[in-house]
Amino acid sequence: MNREDFPMLKQDIIYLDNGATSLKPQSVLDAMQDYYENYSANAHRGDYDISFKVDLEYENARDKVVNFINAQDRAEVIFTSGATESLNMIASGFFAPLLEAGDEIIITTSEHASNVLPWFRLARNKGVKIKYLPLDDNYHVTLENLKSVISSNTKVIALAAITNVIGDVRPIKEITKLAHENGIFVVVDGAQSVAHMKTDVQDWDIDFLAFSAHKMLGPTGTGVLYGKKELLENMEPVNLGGGMNESFDNENAIYLKDLPTRLEAGTPNIAGVIGLGAAIDYLEKIGMDKIRERELHLRNYLVEKLIKIPHIDLLNLEADSGIVAFNVDGVFSQDVAYYLNKYNICVRAGNHCAKLIKNAIGVTNSVRVSLYFYNTENEIDTLVDLLKDKAKIMEEMI
Amino acid sequence: MDSETKRAIIMEHYAHPYKRQRTDDATYLKVNTNNSSCIDNLDLYVKIENDQIADIVFEGEACAISISSTSIMITNLIGKTVKEALDYINNFEAMVKEEKYDADLLKEAIVYDNIYKQNNRKNCALLPYKGIKQVLLDYQKKIF
Repeated sequence: MNREDFPMLKQDIIYLDNGATSLKPQSVLDAMQDYYENYSANAHRGDYDISFKVDLEYENARDKVVNFINAQDRAEVIFTSGATESLNMIASGFFAPLLEAGDEIIITTSEHASNVLPWFRLARNKGVKIKYLPLDDNYHVTLENLKSVISSNTKVIALAAITNVIGDVRPIKEITKLAHENGIFVVVDGAQSVAHMKTDVQDWDIDFLAFSAHKMLGPTGTGVLYGKKELLENMEPVNLGGGMNESFDNENAIYLKDLPTRLEAGTPNIAGVIGLGAAIDYLEKIGMDKIRERELHLRNYLVEKLIKIPHIDLLNLEADSGIVAFNVDGVFSQDVAYYLNKYNICVRAGNHCAKLIKNAIGVTNSVRVSLYFYNTENEIDTLVDLLKDKAKIMEEMI
Repeated sequence: MDSETKRAIIMEHYAHPYKRQRTDDATYLKVNTNNSSCIDNLDLYVKIENDQIADIVFEGEACAISISSTSIMITNLIGKTVKEALDYINNFEAMVKEEKYDADLLKEAIVYDNIYKQNNRKNCALLPYKGIKQVLLDYQKKIF
């Protein structure tokens, strides 16, 4: 659906790597182009008309994000370069000063590197302990398993709302309830979820959320850090510089601006933020519920066909998202991806930046198809036809 | 060599790679070789005696091109002196990089003479050579 809006889809490709990045509709490209062509000035310097317009558009995009994730206050939405930077800011700017040796952080083995390595650094530098929430037989998170790892030392639970290999949807609302009853902060990696289902930070009661514009029809190099206002007030800026200071003197005293500007040092990615705003407009025009429904329909359509193929080993049969991970029996995943590439089908092979998951699922790498609403049943038919014929795969994979 | 024959050779080396085994023998020099852009990841173990390659074995996970290329490389390098091996490696690299090379010298490795047409697979074919070259150059530095 809506395929005509995406210039990339005019090419003869079948794009099934939406977990890596999404395609961009014309309206997003137009909004960014408009900024560069018609009011290309810096933000927060409204001394002349076009600069004032930059401020308006930039802050307008912030309001769109506030509404999109149902934040309470515009002070709670900080623009970053992406989910990775957001997660690093949360770990280094908020938790590094707060946590003490012996405190525990709970993560899972199916987290993306960006939600693992910043915590590893805390563990190394602060003597904080990383604990792994055991996944169930379907590699899902359950509240029972979460309870089993919570201790009086647990300070943080950091996990994705949807994981990028297994594609399981985590019960975030229930997790935060349990966490908050035990005085634990919840950090949610929304990179794989925000574009695919309705996110409600107030209803879910999450403390921090990180996500990237490029996985939600927006441009690369732009993302969001959401945090409850009272928490962000206590976040130390990782970057100091222009735009975020109120004043400073030669006694080394620095007076910082209020949120959200305080955490956005330097000239931001203005075009990116404006593009993100346009992406949100686009997503809301379709409706997140409709997007999710369409994606689940496509997933079921694909899975029903894949399970009938004897040489396909499906790794995540039980997952309510557009992510489908599998292997072709006896064929290295990279070779499957190369084979499909010969037919202009874009899929991902590898460990998908989730290097811990191999211990959990016993499979070091896989082929990942990640669907989005603009994919079609026809595309899936083409993919399945190519995967059905193992002799052909073996014949053409090199 | 026609493309069907090349394909058959590659698939044979992929299905039954030569010397794919691990060794704990400390007289072997070990090197890991991997491609940062994909998941190919191999450990090579090289035994050099009297300036001659006495044995190479390997283990790890990689695609059909990398595995077959490693197998063919090992077949050709065992028995060569370090210098001969480096000449062979340079010759193979030249072929993949579309430079001038000596086809006769490469023997079976000639099956990759068209790999340059697939940009994303060049590094697969080169992967074992990258590792072995490092071992041999390090060895030379220590000797001289």
